[in-house]
Amino acid sequence: MTAQTHGFLSPTGIEIAFVLVGLVVLGSGLLVVTVRNLVYAALWLLVCLGAIAVEYLLLGAELLAWVQILIYAGAVIVLFLFGLMLTKAPIGPTDELDVRHRWPGALVGLGAAGTLVTVIVQAYQHTWFDPRGAVPLGRGGALGAQLFRYWVLPFEVLSVLLLAALVGAIVLSRRQREPEEAEA
Amino acid sequence: MHAVYPLVLGALLFSIGLYGVLARRSAIAVLMAIELLLNAVTLNLVAFGAILRDQYGMGQIFTLFIITIAAAETGLGLAIVLLLYRQRASADLGEQRELAEPVEDYAADELIPAQAAGESAEQVGAAR
Repeated sequence: MTAQTHGFLSPTGIEIAFVLVGLVVLGSGLLVVTVRNLVYAALWLLVCLGAIAVEYLLLGAELLAWVQILIYAGAVIVLFLFGLMLTKAPIGPTDELDVRHRWPGALVGLGAAGTLVTVIVQAYQHTWFDPRGAVPLGRGGALGAQLFRYWVLPFEVLSVLLLAALVGAIVLSRRQREPEEAEA
Repeated sequence: MHAVYPLVLGALLFSIGLYGVLARRSAIAVLMAIELLLNAVTLNLVAFGAILRDQYGMGQIFTLFIITIAAAETGLGLAIVLLLYRQRASADLGEQRELAEPVEDYAADELIPAQAAGESAEQVGAAR
């Protein structure tokens, strides 16, 4: 597959879809870190993670897309909203969400973006791939076979890690007066 | 598909998350920005998994592991934030100064709101 058969000026449909969903990812990501309302930030994070799940689908990782929606949209966002409610964080718009001088953060972010984009474009400007060829790898059967054929030990270690995190979270958030907050 | 599209998207998302970690003061907002960073990395992993297609399925398997670790990290992080709020009545990262070295002439930042009243009184008034 050579570069002569492709062109920047004739994008395929999957590329157009990828760029459009990517704009949704970037826009909602920017809103997550700039919006002045913490609950809105959590909900924009939901939009961002859902759009990333669509990008996984476009890259041929269908099981990962559903795992992303289940774990992130289903569990992590709810966890964030619980955290917002339990810390009595300001629900309305507030100025206390950001540091006072934001330009060092913006400088570091823009510098990282410029450097990474330059390096990536220089390194991968002649690389093409067909996302349809990755679809068989992303199915549940193929992923499960690889997981339990080559990655059994990390998988088991990860389950122990999850158990330890669960026990740790319960121990950390347990309180004698209000034990019902332990499941948060 | 050109390989630059997913990789540039991952890089830009990583930069946005980096800005969020540095510019946010609320601990929960910083945790959200860390989620953006992790998702940028997993997007890169999925893209390289689709480009390289090795027999071990490393990109997608690692993404699965990172999603699991991110769930554990969020649970523990929110538990710590809850504990911090319960003990200090504030989840503001700028106010947690007990482990920092005492600095006297560092009043230009919001990290010492009591001593910042000298030259930046209007900024304190705007922030409070």
